[in-house]
Amino acid sequence: MAQDLAMEAPGSRSRAEASPAGQAPARRRSRTWTPFAAPSSSQNFVLASAVWALIAGCWAALSYGGVVSSMFLPTPTAVFERAVAMIGDGSLLTHALSSVQVVMIGFALSSLVAVPVGLWMGTYAPVRAAIEPVVNFIRYLPVTSFVPLFILWIGIGLQQRVTVIVFGVFFQQLVMVADSARGIARDLVNAAYTLGTKRSEVVWHIVFPATLPAILDMLRVTAGWAWTYLVVAELVAASSGLGYISLRAMRGFQVDTIFLAVLTIGFLGLVTDLFFRLLRRKLAPWAM
Amino acid sequence: MGDVIEAPSVPRAGTVRPEAGRSAALSVSNVSLVYAGGRGREVVALDRVSLDVSPNEFCVIVGPSGCGKSSLLYLIAGLNEATSGQMAVNGVSVHEPGPDRGMVFQGYTLFPWLTVRQNIEYGPKRQGMSAAERSGIVDRYLAEIGLTQFAEHYPAMLSGGMRQRVAIARALANDPGVLLMDEPFGALDSQTRATMQKLLLRIWEQHKKTVLFVTHDIDEALLLGDRVVVMSARPGRIKAELSIALPRPRSMDLALEPDFIALKRRILDLLRDEIDEEH
Repeated sequence: MAQDLAMEAPGSRSRAEASPAGQAPARRRSRTWTPFAAPSSSQNFVLASAVWALIAGCWAALSYGGVVSSMFLPTPTAVFERAVAMIGDGSLLTHALSSVQVVMIGFALSSLVAVPVGLWMGTYAPVRAAIEPVVNFIRYLPVTSFVPLFILWIGIGLQQRVTVIVFGVFFQQLVMVADSARGIARDLVNAAYTLGTKRSEVVWHIVFPATLPAILDMLRVTAGWAWTYLVVAELVAASSGLGYISLRAMRGFQVDTIFLAVLTIGFLGLVTDLFFRLLRRKLAPWAM
Repeated sequence: MGDVIEAPSVPRAGTVRPEAGRSAALSVSNVSLVYAGGRGREVVALDRVSLDVSPNEFCVIVGPSGCGKSSLLYLIAGLNEATSGQMAVNGVSVHEPGPDRGMVFQGYTLFPWLTVRQNIEYGPKRQGMSAAERSGIVDRYLAEIGLTQFAEHYPAMLSGGMRQRVAIARALANDPGVLLMDEPFGALDSQTRATMQKLLLRIWEQHKKTVLFVTHDIDEALLLGDRVVVMSARPGRIKAELSIALPRPRSMDLALEPDFIALKRRILDLLRDEIDEEH
């Protein structure tokens, strides 16, 4: 009975995992193919680099080897030269910034409304009953089919592209937040009540922080969708942006420019993803 | 020592202790809970349960699973609504949850986004206590539960036993009139459970809180309680009450004493009737 206070020290688990004393660690099994084994960062780097190298290698073989005509598949050299040219004259930056601006406005507008409304929807049955049927109806409508309507209503300016992004992302975000909010442990709320939390405080004091890691994951995923809808909007009607230069390049058979635009979007997506991963680590360090 | 003063086994309305009434810290009278089962049938979870807990009394409810003992606790906490009956804490009738009834749950209900320190000070903070006052209270409870060096840890980094210790500290830091405990050690392994029982006894003897503790573990009930209330299932009723006059402070060795074993046999018999009736 005397030792029992020390029984459940957090270190006890790792001690149990260590190899028994006196036994040589001769047959240590490789952890590489152990399901859910902790990753090693150097191994991760090697694996990721290998896949990138493979893709680049295939591209180089197909283009330099003349397997695919340069009219359809540019050589890496051509894309690189195009990149140097367009970075040099500043046009790549201008178009990238134009796209980033639209994505940020559309995504921020959508998220700022979707998060609180989603929390209310997940917490309060009447809110859910009121808006869920409409939301689920709109959610399944293809955004692209609304683009002509938006052009008719809003024109082809920045507002149109922002609208397409909001329309594409908002309703999905709403449902994802509401589901996360609805799924929090009910006894967490009960515990809060017994500690003096009022009913009106539950949404912001309990539901919001409890849902925050899921909200941040949701933002990371839907940021990718925002990029998709941006390009859709830019392909149809725009006078700047990465989607716009792709479309213009297609008309001039400048396949290297299309590749450059796609690579830039991919790169920006990678940066966005990294940003949200860091944001989650910063804002929700308890749920790592 | 160890006199068994058993209230008559009244299968109808629960036993009302003569000295009850206004002096009780917690008074439950004629509380029933009926909910709709499948196919329009009504399920009587609790049938006219009456129970008075005196100030600073450690009262334990034992009963077979499904006897409504946890439901009763949720009703007292105001987390669920009784179909009929009255409940009062220190003479004030209660209808909704409030900080006067602290609760420790069976599952882990620490707020995962708050550190151990922030979890414990959550209640005092809600009540508008100053930061200096709060930190004094938190430090004292951290020392009592032996987790001072874990103050800045998040719950996810703690073991199950540690989490329940913090949950007890969190409930007590709010200085509730009554502490409700719903099988708080049910999910823990037996060694950790024994540690927690010792810790709870020590804390209770220090603070002398009014406690209503629900468990299905008879040893736990006898080790902790001043009184053990035995409930029957379907519908949930109070079947018997036993005063546990075993001397305090108590230790685990108590389980080997003849008085303890005699009481345990009594309760086992009462519960065995229950199980036999079911089959």
